[in-house]
Order: sequence, then C-alpha cells, then structure tokens
Amino acid sequence: MISNLDYVTLQQLWWVICSVVGALFLFLTFVQGGQTLLWQVAKSETESALVVNSLGRKWELPFTTLVLFGGALFASFPKFYSTSFGGAYWVWILILFTFIIQAVSYEYRKKPGNVWGTKTYELFMFINGSVGVLLIGTAIGTFYTGSAFSLNNMNHVTWQYTMGGINLRGLEAAFSLFNISLGLFLVFNARVLGALYLLNNLDLGSVAAMEQRLRKAVWTNFICSLPFLLYVVVAILLMKGFNVDDEGVVSMVSFKYFLNFLALPHLLVMLLGGLALVIWGVLLGAHKGSFRGIWPAGLGTVLVGLCVLCLPAFNGTAFYPSTFDLQSSLTIYNASSSEYTLRVMTYVALAVPFVLLYVAYLWKQMDSQKLSTQDAMDHEAY
Amino acid sequence: MIDVDPSLVNWSRAQFAFTAMYHWIFVPLTLGLSFLCAFYETIYLKTGNEEWRKITRFWMTLFGINFAIGVATGIILEFEFGTNWSNYSWMVGDIFGAPLAIEGIFAFFLEASFFAVMFFGWNRVSKGFHCFSTWMVAIGSNLSAVWILVANGWMQNPVGMAFNPDTARFEMENFAEVVFNPVAVSKFTHTSSSGFVMASAFVLTISCWYLIKGRHVEMAKKSIVVASVFGLVASIFVGFTGDESAYEVAQKQPMKLAAMEGLYKGERGAGIVAMGILNSAKEPGDVQDAFLVQVKVPELLSLLANREPGSFVPGIDDLVYGNKEENVMGVNTMMEKGKLALTDLAAFKEARKNKTDQVAEAALERFNVNKEFMGYGYLKTPEEAVPPVNIVFNSFRLMAIIGSLFPVIFGAFLFYTMKGTITEKRWLLPVGLFTGLLGLLAQQAGWVTAEVGRQPWAIQGLMPVKIATTNLSTTAVQITFAMFAVVFTMLLIAEISIMLKQIAAGPEGH
Repeated sequence: MISNLDYVTLQQLWWVICSVVGALFLFLTFVQGGQTLLWQVAKSETESALVVNSLGRKWELPFTTLVLFGGALFASFPKFYSTSFGGAYWVWILILFTFIIQAVSYEYRKKPGNVWGTKTYELFMFINGSVGVLLIGTAIGTFYTGSAFSLNNMNHVTWQYTMGGINLRGLEAAFSLFNISLGLFLVFNARVLGALYLLNNLDLGSVAAMEQRLRKAVWTNFICSLPFLLYVVVAILLMKGFNVDDEGVVSMVSFKYFLNFLALPHLLVMLLGGLALVIWGVLLGAHKGSFRGIWPAGLGTVLVGLCVLCLPAFNGTAFYPSTFDLQSSLTIYNASSSEYTLRVMTYVALAVPFVLLYVAYLWKQMDSQKLSTQDAMDHEAY
Repeated sequence: MIDVDPSLVNWSRAQFAFTAMYHWIFVPLTLGLSFLCAFYETIYLKTGNEEWRKITRFWMTLFGINFAIGVATGIILEFEFGTNWSNYSWMVGDIFGAPLAIEGIFAFFLEASFFAVMFFGWNRVSKGFHCFSTWMVAIGSNLSAVWILVANGWMQNPVGMAFNPDTARFEMENFAEVVFNPVAVSKFTHTSSSGFVMASAFVLTISCWYLIKGRHVEMAKKSIVVASVFGLVASIFVGFTGDESAYEVAQKQPMKLAAMEGLYKGERGAGIVAMGILNSAKEPGDVQDAFLVQVKVPELLSLLANREPGSFVPGIDDLVYGNKEENVMGVNTMMEKGKLALTDLAAFKEARKNKTDQVAEAALERFNVNKEFMGYGYLKTPEEAVPPVNIVFNSFRLMAIIGSLFPVIFGAFLFYTMKGTITEKRWLLPVGLFTGLLGLLAQQAGWVTAEVGRQPWAIQGLMPVKIATTNLSTTAVQITFAMFAVVFTMLLIAEISIMLKQIAAGPEGH
C-alpha cells in the first residue's frame, strides 16, 4: 500500500504525522505545567515530594517527544528544519536551554551534594514549564504570522529582521500579540493539564488541602487561558493568510484561515470538539470532584493542537511564511524530503503504533496504584 | 562562491565540538553501565540473593545520575544541526534526518518508557518484568548509538545518495546502503564496545576504592568479577573493531589515516610509528622531516591499512599534490574540477530561473562530469584539505596506548578476584583506581581522532565545514558558546559532587 502512495500524498501524510507528534507533545506538557504549579499547590515537604515524584515518572515523555518532533521534521521537512532553526536561532536556543536544565532537575533536586540547592532545580523546572512552553507557543504562532527571512537559489537562509542594527534571529516573534497570546494560552493550558494529571495520579487521601488547591488551580488557570484562547481563535478567523496558488506563487489573502476551515471542515470539528473536551475535563476536575479530567482535557488538547498545526499547511497555504519575501515561504510541497526518503520513513512509521502501545501499557502498569506519600518519601524517590 | 567569515566557522565548530565532547563524557558510561546493571539484576533474578539486588540498585543509582546529564547534554546536539549548521541540514537533511528520526522512534521511547519502570517499578511490577525493563533500557541506549553512528558514519563515508541539482541538495537513493555503510558498522561496533570498556573501568575504579578503604568488600568483589569479564571481552573486541575501523579509514578517508600516522611521504611497505614526536614546523610539501624522534615498526601500516604487505599507503603530500606514479589524484586537481562543477551548477540554476532550458541542459551536462569533486571547489588552497596533524596523531596514540592496557588490567583483576586474593594485591588496587580516568581519556581521544581527523569536511569530500555553517553573527555563537560552557560546567560540577556523595554513602542505603 505504501508503495502505491504518490509524492503529494506522502508529503501530506508526513505533515499530519509531524502534527500528531507535535499535538501529543502539547498534551504531554502537563509535565511542564505541573512543574510551574509546584510552589503554588505544594505547601509542605511531603506535598512537594508528591508533585515532583508524580511528574518525575513522566518527565522523559515530553522531552523524548520533542526530540522526536525535531527528528521527524528534520527527516521529512529539512528545508523547514534548516530555515527555522538556523534562522530563528535565539528562540530555539532558549527553548533548548530550558529543556537542558529540566533534564537534570528531577534526578539532582534532592540528591545530597547537588551543589546548587533544591530551590535552584525547582527554579529550573519552573523556567522550563513557563518560558519553555511560552516560546514554543510563539514559535508555533509564526506559522500564522510569518517570519522575516529569505532563501537564495541554494536554499540557504538569511534572517532579515533587525532592530537598532541587531539581527534578532527570531526573538522578534515575541513582539506579535498573536504569537504571545498563543504562547500564554499554551502555558495556562499546560498548567490546567498539570493540575488534572496530579489529581489523577496522586493518592490525595492524606493531603486533602492539596487536592483543593489542585482543583482551584484547574479552574483559575482555565479562566486565565480564556482571553488568550479567544483572541487567538478570533484572530485566526479574521487574519490575512499566506495563500499558494497552483503555480506555487504566494500571496496574501483575506480570511485565508477562515476559508481553510470552510474548505477543511473536519479541522473545524477537531477544534470545536477539542475545546469542548478541554472544557469537560476542566469541569470534571474543578467542579465535579472527579479525578479523570486529564483524559478528556488531554484528548481535547491533542485535537486542538492537530488543528492548529494542520490549518496553516493545507488547502494551498504556506505553513512557514516569509513576511520579507513571500516567494521564500515554505509549503509542505517545497520543503519536504524526496519521495524516496518519505516512502522509507513511512515504512519506519509503521512502528509508531507499536511504540504508542507499549508506552500506554507501561503507563498503565506504573500508574495502576496511585502515588502515595510513602512512595514519594522513599529513599529512591526524587 | 560562498564567502564565510572564518571566525564564525571556527566558533561554530568550537561550540559543536564542546557540546559533543561534554556529551561524550557521559554517553559511553550509559552504554556500558546499562548492560552491567542488567547483568547484576539478572544474577539477582537467578539467585534470589539480596546482595545482588543491593549491588544492582547501587550501580543503578549511579547510572541514573549519569543518564540525566547525558540526556541534558544530548538534546542540544540534534538541534544544533539546525541552529548552527542549517546549510548542512538543508543539503543533506534528506539523508541525515532519517536516522535521527528513527533513533527517536525506536530508541528514545524504549529508553524513556522503561527507564521509569527500572527506577520506580521495584514494588510495582514483578521481578521478571523489572529485569526485562532494565534490559530494555540497555538495549534502547545502545540502539540510540546505532542510529546516531549510522548518521555519523554517513558523514565520513557518504553512500546511497546522489546530488539533485534542481533542489540543490543530496537525496537518498538507497536506504540499505546508508544503514549498512561499512564505516557506520565499524563505528558502531568500535564505539559501543569501547563504551562497555569505559563502564567496566568505572566499576573497577569505585570498587577498588572500596577495597582500599576496606568498605563494602563483598559487594566490591562481586562487582569486579562481572565488570572484569565484561571489560575483558569488550576490550579484546575493541582491538578487533579498532583494526576494522582503521582499515575503513584507510580506504575511505586516506587523509585522516595519513594524519593519524604523521605520514607525509607515501610509501610502499609503510611502517607504523609506535612512538614519536612530530616536528611541529613541518608543513605539507616542504622537505623537513616529519618527526623529531620516532620508533617505527616496519611494513605494519601497509598490512593494516590495505590488508596487503608492501602495498602503497599515500601520505599527506601525495594526497594534496598528487602522485601520478601511484595513481593518486591530488587535492589541487580535484579543486580545479570542483570549481568547474560549482560554476556549472550556478549556470544551471540561473538558466532554470530564467527558464532557458537548453542552456540549463548544457550546464547540467558539464556539471555531471565533475560533480563528484564539487566539495573541493569550495577550498581555497590544497593545503586546506589537511587536518591538524599534531592533534590527530597524538590523540590517536593516546587512545591506542590506553586501549591496549585494558585487556591486561581486566585480565589481572579477573584472575585475582577469582583466586580470592584481590584484596591482598595492594599494588593492583591503585591501578584499578585510575582505570576510569584512563577510560575517559581514551574515549575523548578517540572522539578527537575521528572528528578532528576528518576536518575540513562536514561530509567527506562533498561539503566542507565552512559551507555547512548557518550565517549567524560570530557574536551570537560566542554568546551561546559561553552559555553552554557555564551551564554544562555547572551541571558537571553537580553531577560529580552527587556521584561522590553516593559513592561515599555506598550500597547500604539501597
């Protein structure tokens, strides 16, 4: 079957695969969101230990998914990889730094002789959960707002945005209200997911006050996310977009993403369904006394993420547009790997369901009993 | 011709080298220690002896501390290809990206998922499943090495691809050739087995410290037995894979081999310099002696490099300026052909842009004649193709000399531990104490030999490092270099400090 797929289908398939990985990453940012809640919801050593150990059993999943997201983009859309990472240098470097400092924080936080003290590692976690997710959101925002770059005839990128003679190399993305709003929405959504995950994963019997704080955090963070979410959704519906015609010529078209929704109604269903699921998860966690809100909210986040990543890529749209030179904009057709490579990678991707299956199986094995105070205070614990 | 600021190239190169060398402090230990933990736990599973459980958990704790910083320093390497080597990423992403993605799918998730069970599943899953998880982490770690070395091997010996002038990039044509590239195979076997040696040496170091202090004696002796067997087998294997690796270098990267041997004038029946001091004033093409002092084993280099006694091994001068007698084309000639290829490629791109198809066809025909030399067209002088000989020569010797000591050291420890007299051998224990450091030095020296030895190429013969660089400002790279230096060093200090505390605490707490 794979051998019969044509090049265009392979290109589209790989954008969907990358989007699925990206959307799963957004769900897994419950780890990052949970990290930012540590100082807010945990008021004692025991509570801190519970939060850190619960998240610490999952921290590698978003980390690994991010690496896979990068690897999949590198393999399937190398022009995007080289243009975005090489061009928006500072944004990506800062994102990576927040993940570097996160990677050691769980293991080192409570270990004797950790030199920099527990609070430093907790600060590292907070930075990862806040700055890291915010910057990822602003980077995704540029799929809609564009970036100032040009490509020469060898496809080498030159970043064109300067301020006071200094080339900002991607930091200018933070000047866009849309990008920042998307980033802040992701930060608050990650915090909602983090609180819902902790409610689900912890044995809260002995820490009833923390349960209340977690439920409150679900609600307040959801409320905080709403203005940014609304702004992003309205802006997407109203903004001009980067249209690509049959000849590959890029031009600005009014209401482009609204038109994309009309042309691709399943994306609209995904967005609305996803948002409804997030709201359902929030209500379960915040007001219904349920511990299962993470599942609808998590699935909702995946659907919303999938929509956000697919909307600017299909229906003749440039997914990584250049505001400096429209014709340098990247589409899934001019930025992809060769047909041969995409086909090989598609065979490889057949293993993905198997990987997801054993990840889910291990998750179930490890979480069949809720994490208790005793587990969290064990000398092997984080 | 692309004009690149040399200081930018050097800083980009320095940043990548720095981050990779830091990462390489921790990776070999992860590769080997994961298997040692699996061995210890399997013995526990078979015997049910609690002492082995304690041993497993002790080494697992050290593994976890090392693993965390290995992960932290590793994430940046994948993304640095994009941030600092974007031209490279575009030109070879079609081939190079695939192994990295496959590494993510097959290796990272295996490691990451089973890691949680390995560390926190002792009371949550059965003993058998826990042991299985430990094995999965070991296999996942080493699977990760497979794919990254497939990628690295391809850079040293680009196979299974062709240049597409329309897209101005190299594109994959044969995945099997990329995966089973002989350079990649020898790189993986050599690198992973050297990681096993490193981890065994690490266990020996800590166990010897316990024996010298008279603490945790039984645990130390048991640890030594397993580590010595593993280390002995692996270190002998490293010798064979090293020979195979050097053979591949001789066939695919003769300039690197010439630098490793400090060989300027090629010869038939070439000998190997066992020990020597290079003449630092020596330049390619001059008449000075390459060595101030040298001890040479005659004929051996020809035998090892070509599997044929008396065969010709080209030297740096032959490779740079050519040797008609031995049918060696010099870099100087390749540069001329390469410049023609680049000119024709530019003409082809221009004609395509102007939609003048006949002109484009003609330019393409001319380009195809010389395209295999395209990379040489970017060099400014033939001598630019010579890597820093001093560094490569000395690092290779450091690696080889230390490597040759390991079978003897592991053999001695195994013999005396099995005999039950290891605690009486007060002369041997201090040797064991330093094996970890020796392993670390050999690892770093090996990396330097492999990577400095292939300079100036990002992809052997096709793309010099200077063309691969992102056109950043030098200041930007200097700042990130400083950021990496500060953060990585902070983390390394913490890692060492935590390790020392855990070692001082011993296995009692486990």
